Amino acid sequence: MRKYNELIFELSKPGRTAYRLPENDVENIAVEELIPAEYLNDDELNLPEVSEVDIIRHYTNLSDKNFGVDTGFYPLGSCTMKYNPKINEDMASLDGFKNIHPLQSEETVQGALKLMYELDKALCEIAGMDKMTLQPAAGAHGELTGLTLIKAYHENRGDTKRTKIIVPDSAHGTNPASAIMAGFDTIEIKSTKDGLVDIESLKAALSDEVAGLMLTNPNTLGLFEKDIKEIADLVHGCGGLLYYDGANANAILGQARPGDMGFDVVHFNIHKTFSTPHGGGGPGSGPVGVKKILLDFIPTPTVEKDGDRYYLDYDYPKSVGRMKDFYGHFGILVRAYTYILTMGRDGLKKASEMAVLNANYLGHRLKDHYNLQEDTIFKHEFVLAGLKDGLSEVTTLDVAKRLLDYGYHPPTVYFPLIVNEALMPEPTESESKETLDEFADALIKIAEEARENPEILKEAPHNTPVGRVNETQAARNPVLKYEG
Amino acid sequence: MYPYIPNTKDDEQRMLEAIGFNKIEDLFSDIPDNVKLNRDLDLKPSMSELEVANYITKLSKENTTINDLTCFLGAGAYDHYIPSIVGHITSRSEFYTSYTPYQAEISQGTLQYIFEYQSLICNLTGMDVANASLYDGGTAIAEAAFMASNVTRRQEIVISKTVNPQAREVLKTYAHLQGIKVIEVEDEGGVTNLEELQSHVTDKTAAVIVQSPNFFGIIEDIEAIEKVAHSQKRTLLIASVDPISLGILKTPASLGVDIVVGEGQALGIPLSFGGPYLGFIATKKSHMRKLPGRIVGETIDTEGKRAFVLTLQAREQHIRREKATSNICSNQGINTLAAAVYLVTLGKKGLREVALQATQKAHYAMNEITKSGKYKPLFDKPFFKEFAITSSADADEINSKLLEEKILGGYSLGKEYPQYKNGILYAVTEKRTKEEIDRLSSVLEGMI
Repeated sequence: MRKYNELIFELSKPGRTAYRLPENDVENIAVEELIPAEYLNDDELNLPEVSEVDIIRHYTNLSDKNFGVDTGFYPLGSCTMKYNPKINEDMASLDGFKNIHPLQSEETVQGALKLMYELDKALCEIAGMDKMTLQPAAGAHGELTGLTLIKAYHENRGDTKRTKIIVPDSAHGTNPASAIMAGFDTIEIKSTKDGLVDIESLKAALSDEVAGLMLTNPNTLGLFEKDIKEIADLVHGCGGLLYYDGANANAILGQARPGDMGFDVVHFNIHKTFSTPHGGGGPGSGPVGVKKILLDFIPTPTVEKDGDRYYLDYDYPKSVGRMKDFYGHFGILVRAYTYILTMGRDGLKKASEMAVLNANYLGHRLKDHYNLQEDTIFKHEFVLAGLKDGLSEVTTLDVAKRLLDYGYHPPTVYFPLIVNEALMPEPTESESKETLDEFADALIKIAEEARENPEILKEAPHNTPVGRVNETQAARNPVLKYEG
Repeated sequence: MYPYIPNTKDDEQRMLEAIGFNKIEDLFSDIPDNVKLNRDLDLKPSMSELEVANYITKLSKENTTINDLTCFLGAGAYDHYIPSIVGHITSRSEFYTSYTPYQAEISQGTLQYIFEYQSLICNLTGMDVANASLYDGGTAIAEAAFMASNVTRRQEIVISKTVNPQAREVLKTYAHLQGIKVIEVEDEGGVTNLEELQSHVTDKTAAVIVQSPNFFGIIEDIEAIEKVAHSQKRTLLIASVDPISLGILKTPASLGVDIVVGEGQALGIPLSFGGPYLGFIATKKSHMRKLPGRIVGETIDTEGKRAFVLTLQAREQHIRREKATSNICSNQGINTLAAAVYLVTLGKKGLREVALQATQKAHYAMNEITKSGKYKPLFDKPFFKEFAITSSADADEINSKLLEEKILGGYSLGKEYPQYKNGILYAVTEKRTKEEIDRLSSVLEGMI
């Protein structure tokens, strides 16, 4: 196939068109008679003129330059790139879901409300929480929502000195960013050398100024925080609340529940754990579950049931208010509920079991060639700390770029920050033993190449649509739109 | 047994043996007993695809759709025509099963369409730089307010009550978190009261926020508002706009707006009961490094070939953690592709024609509905595709009767604007026909 490198703007030719509207069938009055001329734009729009064929070929060619879960193995740690079942897409596209207006009367959207109500119940059961808000648009938005609830809880008790949120140094970047956005200061606590929350550091950080702790469990090293009960007791004991970052929930479905661990507020990343597409960056969905102590403050509206009738409930006088427009990413929620029904209680548990087995098996295959914590059970992901016996000039970035040549999306790189040269694979349950073996073989081969022919890594990738891109130039001399 | 889990029983056994375990349960032995769930989840057992499809489809049929009804409802979500090509392109799984393009070399498809989307938003608004999306129109306003507060180091936001009430609620929720004071300015005859606006703009004002066309569909006098907002040095003007209206209206940039935001649902994204939609944000080059979220830039690869990459990442949470401009990570991804495809499909002439037809049809509808005298225009100001009328009848009753006639009536203004108790806001897009509009006005006329 020829190399394609055009921008849609470069295909434009005056007179080409890709649309046709029906003739205007009402009286054709000049727009200047309807809207004062001073409000009107006299200039032609700066949009391209292309045919429908141009557009289809353009975007089909662009899609050829993309790698998705449907293309191949995508073990991007902490992102849970599991397979996106096709039935989910079909269900979200049903006329009865795709073509309903959010402000229609409740009697005309009973099916949609019922779906949201049932999803709320299912997610509560999976999380061990009492009530969900389906409003948050993404994981980070869930974090912001949860922190908003924690703030409201303390304010409601008149406890205004709780201005700090504790975040472990292994946390996702969104955790501290959300805490700051929610108007808190952060206290970062160290991890133990094994990668778990350091109880002594936690104790030292606790005070009557602490509003809460944000924690991911299993954490970003793929380790289960086995002292979670003690951690929860310590935080609760000093008057703080516990926030569960659900990014890693795919490891524990049906095995353990954040609610039972002592968390007061939880978010799930629907696009990770519940198989909805990542969409090149989104849209995701980040429902937040709360325990009863936070219920009064939940964003409105919630979906409730009265007899056989479902309705939107705005009657929470202490609610924090709205977190976003309307009721959440409904189209994503339809996909998630389809997945939960498909998998059921047995399938969800099986998914976690296989995600964890796959991670441990892959770690086992790689541990002689890359640095990995010894004798440890991982959950759904694990973190390699660079090449064993690698030359110092060969970095994790080089390994990742070389993986592209072998046809894989690399794992997450340089995260978590506490691991040197971190490379974090999360295989998910969607992959077979054969895929894992082939991937491990590729990484082992790359480790050999790193010793024998490091240049091949340094110059990688060699057979991708473009070579290694110049990030420095992009940042130094920003070109952020087509200038023609 | 599970179509999405490929490992066989035998694979499982061999993998367990390789890692030195006997059974799957051993892999969960690190979860202490005091938190282990020692029962099955109280959910239904797994189901076949056919059973699930039947159940979900049944739920979908309990909804009445805009294909069953004739839609005159807008108020922030619009029934514009979505060209067939949009869904065909967004359903290419090379696009929708990828994630944030961290690995540029195998993500040029995503990176390029975001770059094109940013360019299209800039072209439409006249601004210098747009990001790769925010969640929706409401959170875009809140993010813009935070950005203005950050740029000016001020803690007051003045917002017109003619801005979408839901967006104002979102702003208030967000603002409370950072101790930012939100001052709301009343409307006068359906537009922002300029005198009152002026009285609130002080040297503490980070930004003035308006919407145009505003929530009532009326085109605000942005030129006059700009003078008020910029009467204070450094105060920023934030405008929320309907991107379709930019098919005919002056660009926000030409009117002196500093940050443009808006809801992009009208650009080829289905109604889907309120989401997922698309928040957009664009600003001047001088504020580029304060923008929230992802931004794609053009660069070159090792051979000097044009390539695209995520850039200006020093603003972002995964690099800067607590010093980031926002916490946003996942954004609206594939919906930016929908918007880009929509905009290039309509193109230079088409977007203008959509805007023109909506304007003409909305004005025709207004005239038809009000000509009997039973319904009166609520305001007397220039409007785009939405307009408010009032009458002696209760808005909810009118809407119930319209529903019996398979018409999805307008938005009842009384709850959010008690002073406009019987007011109804109708939206008329290019999709509505003369026949449908005539039927609406005749059914309405027969009611009173």
